[in-house]
Amino acid sequence: MSGTNQNYLTHPKGIMSWLLTLDHKRIGLMYLFGGLFFFFIGGLLALGMRYALATPEADFVTNDQYNSMYTLHGAIMIFLFIIPAIPGALGNILLPLMLGAKDVAFPRLNLASFYLYTIGAIFFIYVMISGGVDTGWTFYTPYSTESHTNVMGTTMGVFIIGFSSILTGLNFIATVHKMRTPGLTWYKLPLFVWALYGTSLVQITATPVIAITMVLLMLERLLGIGIFDPALGGDPVLFQHFFWFYSHPAVYIMILPAFGIISEIIPVHSRKKVWGYKFIAYSTLSIAFIGFLVWGHHMFTSGQSVLSQIIFSFITYFVGIPTGVKIFSWMLTMYRGQVSFTPPMLYALSFLFLFTIGGLTGIFLGAVALDIHLHDTYFVVAHFHYVMQGGTIVAFLGGLHHWWPKSFGKMYNQTIANICAIGVFIGFNGTFFPQFLLGLRGMPRRYATYDALGSEELVAQYAATHGSSTFFSGILGLSIFIGVMNLLWSLRKSNKLDPGTNPWGALTMEWTHTTSPPHPHNFEEEPVLEHGPYDYDKVIVQPTLKK
Amino acid sequence: MDRLTEYLFPKQVSSFAHDIDNLFYFIFYASIVLFLIVVIGMVYLAIKYRFKKGDDIRLTSSLDHNNTLEAMFFIIPLILVMITFVWGIKSYLDMITVPDGAIEIQVKGQKWAWIYDYPEGQNTMNELVVPMDTPIKVILSSTDVLHSFYIPVMRAKMDVLPNRYNVMWFDANQPGEYPIFCTEYCGTSHSGMIGKLTVLPKKAYEIWLAEAGSADDDLPLEELGEKLYTKKACNTCHTLDGTALVGPSYLETSQMWGQERVLDNGSSVVVDENYIRSSMLEPQTQIVAGYQNVMPTYQGLLNDRELDALIAFLKTLKEDSQI
Repeated sequence: MSGTNQNYLTHPKGIMSWLLTLDHKRIGLMYLFGGLFFFFIGGLLALGMRYALATPEADFVTNDQYNSMYTLHGAIMIFLFIIPAIPGALGNILLPLMLGAKDVAFPRLNLASFYLYTIGAIFFIYVMISGGVDTGWTFYTPYSTESHTNVMGTTMGVFIIGFSSILTGLNFIATVHKMRTPGLTWYKLPLFVWALYGTSLVQITATPVIAITMVLLMLERLLGIGIFDPALGGDPVLFQHFFWFYSHPAVYIMILPAFGIISEIIPVHSRKKVWGYKFIAYSTLSIAFIGFLVWGHHMFTSGQSVLSQIIFSFITYFVGIPTGVKIFSWMLTMYRGQVSFTPPMLYALSFLFLFTIGGLTGIFLGAVALDIHLHDTYFVVAHFHYVMQGGTIVAFLGGLHHWWPKSFGKMYNQTIANICAIGVFIGFNGTFFPQFLLGLRGMPRRYATYDALGSEELVAQYAATHGSSTFFSGILGLSIFIGVMNLLWSLRKSNKLDPGTNPWGALTMEWTHTTSPPHPHNFEEEPVLEHGPYDYDKVIVQPTLKK
Repeated sequence: MDRLTEYLFPKQVSSFAHDIDNLFYFIFYASIVLFLIVVIGMVYLAIKYRFKKGDDIRLTSSLDHNNTLEAMFFIIPLILVMITFVWGIKSYLDMITVPDGAIEIQVKGQKWAWIYDYPEGQNTMNELVVPMDTPIKVILSSTDVLHSFYIPVMRAKMDVLPNRYNVMWFDANQPGEYPIFCTEYCGTSHSGMIGKLTVLPKKAYEIWLAEAGSADDDLPLEELGEKLYTKKACNTCHTLDGTALVGPSYLETSQMWGQERVLDNGSSVVVDENYIRSSMLEPQTQIVAGYQNVMPTYQGLLNDRELDALIAFLKTLKEDSQI
């Protein structure tokens, strides 16, 4: 593609050129490795919990240690990995490339977001060292007002990371509006860009609410101002409203970017025009909007009014419909295509399977009468892991494999990657499917032990189901670990690709108009748009994988 | 279906449990159909249109929408979820409409036990006793943090709040003993906050109610104390074998009888009858060093004879351990 060998990874050199970089790709990589680090920590905590739950008694960790583990697992995975991982890492690296832009609209702000993320992360590390926090990632009052653990450090961390999220969202919105290369109209945008755009809208509108809520909680603990604690004249259910007003839209901050990745992977690896482009684009925006109106479905047992129950249940089903149509669109994209079973495609197919289960089990929980039984049981735990891990993290891994050669100019071992993708699929289902059964049978979540339930038969039943869940969690953990190691191993010096490589024959601009890894300024000249992102019916680009 | 229900669910004991399980099955079978369409469609398309070795890379079809098909994807799930929505609300209204003539029982949640107050003045801890075939209305409140009162066999659950009353009701169509769980995280021993629901035939319930509070008068003190140790939920936080949970083990306290115990404010106190008595009635005043101030008061929950009984029981532990 070009004669020069300059690429953003090696030019300029030196540690300071990374720490003070304004290059969106470098900032994206720093997010990526930060996110993977916390993914590892959160994963270890999860495996520790699974090990503890394999037996009913508290023989591996004490109750307090378990409570701290599940809190940190949830908080780290959500605030330090899932929320920043796709927009912060893949979004940062790809958005300007997909738009034909030199960088995001505000490069300095972008670096500031990353440092806010780092400061928030330091707070979390401090919390871990200082003995943990035991309130659950939901921080429900009045427990969080009186807990002796490090609630202050955690809420401060969440507060700071929130600003990182807001600034990234702001930056992306400005970038999509203002930085598109001439001729790149809205309907020619790759769907990943639409997804990031929808996500950013939610980030800038919802995140301030959690920030304020965290400040109020800190004020209550610090100064005894009664807002949520009834002993001080506050109302604990108010906290739940504030919390879920952010945290339900946050579900879409986590899943919409995953939808975007899947909308890229499937057309490329099926070499087929995406099915229902406009529908996918608009449904992203409508999901982002409706997502703000359903928070009460987290509170069906809180004693809110009957009218609220009815309205929240009703609207909840309207988020489900566009999501369902998206799944059919991705499936039909393969129709009359040329489907290759590459690692990204295996992750995408796995996503379709797992996310469909995650979505359908949401229908059970949206029905008020049934939710009363299932609320706060393992059914909910299984449901949101099917959405968050089976959905977002599987899509993230797929996206990572898809754009790895683009980001680094290196190709990983595809056979190992395929085996790991299948391992993740088997391990995931083995871990979380039994948890639906546990929930139906009434096993509550956030239980450190289950040895004293008053019925030996019940304890034995739960123990058998927990045992198999724990067994498969080992397979899941190992598959993800080897999968990521396989990626990292490809970074060794001897492994190099031709800079013009386009291993999947993709048509989006980051593949067709720049090198792998890209030039420090992305494009050597202003890119000229020759075709749409999914015009596999008009253009053939040969997949190239030259050493 | 019955065997599947037995496998998937706890027993159906309340009159609305059956309806809720049927709602589950409706969603379940509809979901299986939708799920199979997606998975079979996905596998079929992926295999049929797979790129084989030796195939030429070619231009593929420009087909990217079909309005009829998409309308169907929209309308069929919409109909299904609307049925689900209406059913869910209808059953929910049944679940919250308390029938006339219900027995009202006050339920108090506290870290980490349930306290029940019956209409005629009796009270129990952790064990809730109700008559069969009679609607029971429970009025829930908490003395500290949030809890949630969950009886799986009833399919009933309601959050327990410190600043307002929540109400739920159920009825029981068969006698037996069933677990009650706390399902809102409430701290260290959240998973130990387990209650027991005992359903008695109406006659047996009348007899139980008449005897509750007086039945144990003839027991020797040590035996009564041993019984109260589990009945009043002391066992949630205090073991008998020397391991420390949320509070110090009874065994340890027993072994320190007559000796001085260090408190968290640096002072110390002699372990004797008066110390144990005040630890039960005013637990906040003397916190053993290394433990947190979490024990609720037992004022009003233990009468004088019961206090004597628990003290007597605690004293015996030391001797038992020496044998």
